[in-house]
Amino acid sequence: MYTVSASPHIHSRQGVNRIMYDVIIALMPALVVSIIFFGLSALFITLLSVFSCVVIEFCIHKFLFKRTDFSVKDGSAVITGMLLAFNVPSSVPWWMIIIGSVVAIGIAKMSFGGIGNNIFNPALIGRVFLLISFPVEMTQWPTNSFNAVDGITGPTPLALLKDGIMSGKNILQIKGLPEYQDMFFGNIGGSLGEISALAIIIGGIYLLVRKVITWHIPIIVLVSMFVFSGIFYLANPYMYINPLFHLLSGGAMLGAWFMATDMATSPMTIKGQIIFAIGIGVITMVIRMFGAYPEGISFAILLMNALVPLLNKISPERYGNNLKKK
Amino acid sequence: MTILYSILVLSSLGIIAGISLYFVAKKFNVIENPLIDEVEAMLPGANCGGCGYPGCRKFAAVLVDSESLDGLFCSPAGQEQMEKIAEHLGKSVDKKAMQVAVVRCNGTCDVRPITNEYEGITSCAFAAQLYAGETACSFGCLGLGDCEMVCQFDAIHVNVLTGIPEVITDKCTACGACVDACPKFIIELRKTNKKDLKVYVSCVNKDKGVVAKKACEVACIGCGKCVKVCPHTAITLQNALAYIDDEACKLCRKCVDVCPTHAIIETNFPEKKKQETDSELE
Amino acid sequence: MKLRKKYSTQTFSKGGIHPLDYKLSNSKPIEVFRVPDYVQISLSQHIGVAASPTVKVGDYVKVGTCIGESAGFISARVHSSVSGTVEKIEQIIDTSGLYRTAVCIKVTGDEWESHIDTSTHVVTSLEYSALHILEKITDAGVVGMGGATFPLHVKLTPPDTAKPHVLIINAVECEPFLTSDQSLMLAKAEEICVGISLIQKVLDVDAAMVGIEMNKPDAIALFKQVAQQFNSIAIVPLQVKYPQGGEKQLIEALLQKEVPSGQLPISVGAVVVNVATAFSVYEAVQKNKPLIERVVTVTGLEIPNPSNFMVRIGTSIHELFDAVGGIPQNTEKIISGGPMMGKALIHAQMPVAKGTSGVIAVPYELAHRNESSNCIRCARCISVCPMGLQPYLLQVYAEQGLYDALESNYVLDCIECGACSYVCPASRPLLDYIRLGKNKVSHVIRKRKQK
Repeated sequence: MYTVSASPHIHSRQGVNRIMYDVIIALMPALVVSIIFFGLSALFITLLSVFSCVVIEFCIHKFLFKRTDFSVKDGSAVITGMLLAFNVPSSVPWWMIIIGSVVAIGIAKMSFGGIGNNIFNPALIGRVFLLISFPVEMTQWPTNSFNAVDGITGPTPLALLKDGIMSGKNILQIKGLPEYQDMFFGNIGGSLGEISALAIIIGGIYLLVRKVITWHIPIIVLVSMFVFSGIFYLANPYMYINPLFHLLSGGAMLGAWFMATDMATSPMTIKGQIIFAIGIGVITMVIRMFGAYPEGISFAILLMNALVPLLNKISPERYGNNLKKK
Repeated sequence: MTILYSILVLSSLGIIAGISLYFVAKKFNVIENPLIDEVEAMLPGANCGGCGYPGCRKFAAVLVDSESLDGLFCSPAGQEQMEKIAEHLGKSVDKKAMQVAVVRCNGTCDVRPITNEYEGITSCAFAAQLYAGETACSFGCLGLGDCEMVCQFDAIHVNVLTGIPEVITDKCTACGACVDACPKFIIELRKTNKKDLKVYVSCVNKDKGVVAKKACEVACIGCGKCVKVCPHTAITLQNALAYIDDEACKLCRKCVDVCPTHAIIETNFPEKKKQETDSELE
Repeated sequence: MKLRKKYSTQTFSKGGIHPLDYKLSNSKPIEVFRVPDYVQISLSQHIGVAASPTVKVGDYVKVGTCIGESAGFISARVHSSVSGTVEKIEQIIDTSGLYRTAVCIKVTGDEWESHIDTSTHVVTSLEYSALHILEKITDAGVVGMGGATFPLHVKLTPPDTAKPHVLIINAVECEPFLTSDQSLMLAKAEEICVGISLIQKVLDVDAAMVGIEMNKPDAIALFKQVAQQFNSIAIVPLQVKYPQGGEKQLIEALLQKEVPSGQLPISVGAVVVNVATAFSVYEAVQKNKPLIERVVTVTGLEIPNPSNFMVRIGTSIHELFDAVGGIPQNTEKIISGGPMMGKALIHAQMPVAKGTSGVIAVPYELAHRNESSNCIRCARCISVCPMGLQPYLLQVYAEQGLYDALESNYVLDCIECGACSYVCPASRPLLDYIRLGKNKVSHVIRKRKQK
């Protein structure tokens, strides 16, 4: 007896799992760097976060949705867990991670219907929830173990900059800003996964090669950040810092390569993606330069996430519709 | 003092908003025949479209506006309710026979062997577009439940064991949604009565006898025995398929006994001798 | 023998995918398949009205006898592919999956109609007038052999308002597995070129372009050589990309012009004809031979000996599989046509029709559908859609029955190439729903026009 179904009869067999596992692999370099700089506490935080995200998604699926086809297998909860951990300081208490993952999975993801239906990036919702609820714990960054004694906390480069500017100093007067190569390799204070630009770029290139993401969102986010801050830098280099500093500091790299490119919460068409990415870049820079918070990419991405349903109204260029141009 | 201020501010806000709402409501008031609202309230409100109009409100407007109610009938509301509406409007309504949806396929899994496996979306319309069907009978029910999906009254359900939809006659309002949804034209609205006594050919297979019988044990093979035995000439045979005209049929059930493949079905008759049921009906 | 792959960048601009090739039979020359003992010739092997039978049960027919007369404007004649007695005329399920009237013939001997030239000599002279050629094509019942089976004589008589100025020959064969066009091109290059010249004469166009994908370097080389004898036949190598064989995609790849939505290729002055059809035109005009046989690729992953056969129309597909070593045990689906756009068959006893370019036995590992899950909005369906549509959106609209929204999102532009369903990581049945939506929307439009 043969099976009858409509064409196509062959499929690419590149499932959701493969996409998710590729992202997990791409996050590995950043994880390795964070373990090198922050020690085993980084690994502990990441594993705890992944574990709690997976358990929460499993429980919601089983007890609230009452479904047996567990979406946990697709690995998206693992990514949310990893990204949540990458966005917090390695010194946060363990219960805070659990609260963060409940918010991330329970509120930001599953309450919308699970994978693909969420409007906002779950990991960022978790992170922002923690940042607003526990501002003290979330802004104490352990200086990494290479150049200081364990357990001492210090500010991130962006926080240093913000404090300096707020107290009326100009750029040259601010002491303790790190060198660019330290920022590139990760020898700075900050959240777990965001410190090393190099590790994130390696992961990003892996995603590009595996065709999980296209270049549009990350590159345009970074370019628009660079251009926007560059204009201010040229206008007044004493008030505004070199744009390269902005690209390498804070969550710019992690946000551009891994958070903004999240499939469910980014626009479907290239045109929409370009607008989305420019919006993220500009809003990030506005918050960093003029806002109260030293870092703004999480807010920028969440704000633009809210616009995605609108941006999805932009339809792709149809065949047979652009005759006049030719 | 602060309490007083806040109370004053809030209540003045409320008063201003109330006054402006009043004027807005006056200015943009749409004048509509109040009868339409009343008639709409009397209709079932299922918006099934069985009357041929988009939604109950439109139908209510048509009822109010038209001179006579000929040809306008809401089957879900039923005869009684239609009469009430007509009375309310000061018009009269035709007598319409009670009808019920009937699934004219009896090819359950055990009598209609499947010849291939369908893999795809759960939609009869799509499967019918794709090919003849999972069994050798290309006329029979596909069992994917388009009728169940369109039914607003929860009156038709595909039986998981047989793969054939079954009508819950008490709930069926004869709106005709399933009749339109069935791509194989299996479902039909037939005359019924208070006890829901029906006799019908539960098959739409137009293949010749041999082919039909091979595909399904209970198919109508077009032998014509029922045509000969029917005392009221209610049965016609076309394309090797018998059809019982529900207007002419007197429910004598002679055809049921002679059908060699048991394709003719009787419903809700008591398990008694034929004689008694006849007299009961008279 | 592996020829050096030359590089070509010419292709269509939007979307497209690269499914695995599986051209297992691409080095196999055409073998002539034996005359079967029994044939079932369907009377609707073409798009449009089914032909009406002109023979009765018990009649003796020869090879090439007309058994079905064209019964409408869009319709085509059907001829007997064998000699023998008509045993019955009955309803059978053919490769389309639906019941169709078919003439069943019990074969005795192999007697051909006397006017058919059965020699292998290539007749190159173009002595007939355009009208005469068209008449012969109509008489021979030639239809498009790429799979759509549109009657050729209708395609070759465009409305007076539109004048074609280029003939495009579709030799792309972008479907995986199929090699019937390739093998035909290698065997009958000269005949095909004569056929192209004949069609050019009917259409009164000077230019002809043959689009061939780069994965057939042998055919490209041979055609470049043969085409030198014919002026105005240009061979254009194209980048390998599915669905390049789609009419609209091929026109864009060759002419860099796009056919406006809802219009025919003639609106940009092009007529697209399949390469196998060009060969049938040659046979119909130069040899008086109606369309009674075609090249069929018989293949599959576990078929021991995948082959290209020249098969009489009406031969049972099962016989073809028997000749290549039988249908493997683990076969999940039998597909007529290519795996991307072909039809899955209910059983293997069906007859070969004019549009059957290949039959494929596909095992479970390749054919099964994964269970579908939530759409993750990866936008792959959008990026591969060659028509620039949004399959994910159309699917949701079709599922919800929002036919107005479907129409305003141009669901009718969909060419059903299946690229969206192919790439979907969540294995959603995108094309199933879009097809359903297309059907419903065209129904709605028809109803609206009636009003």
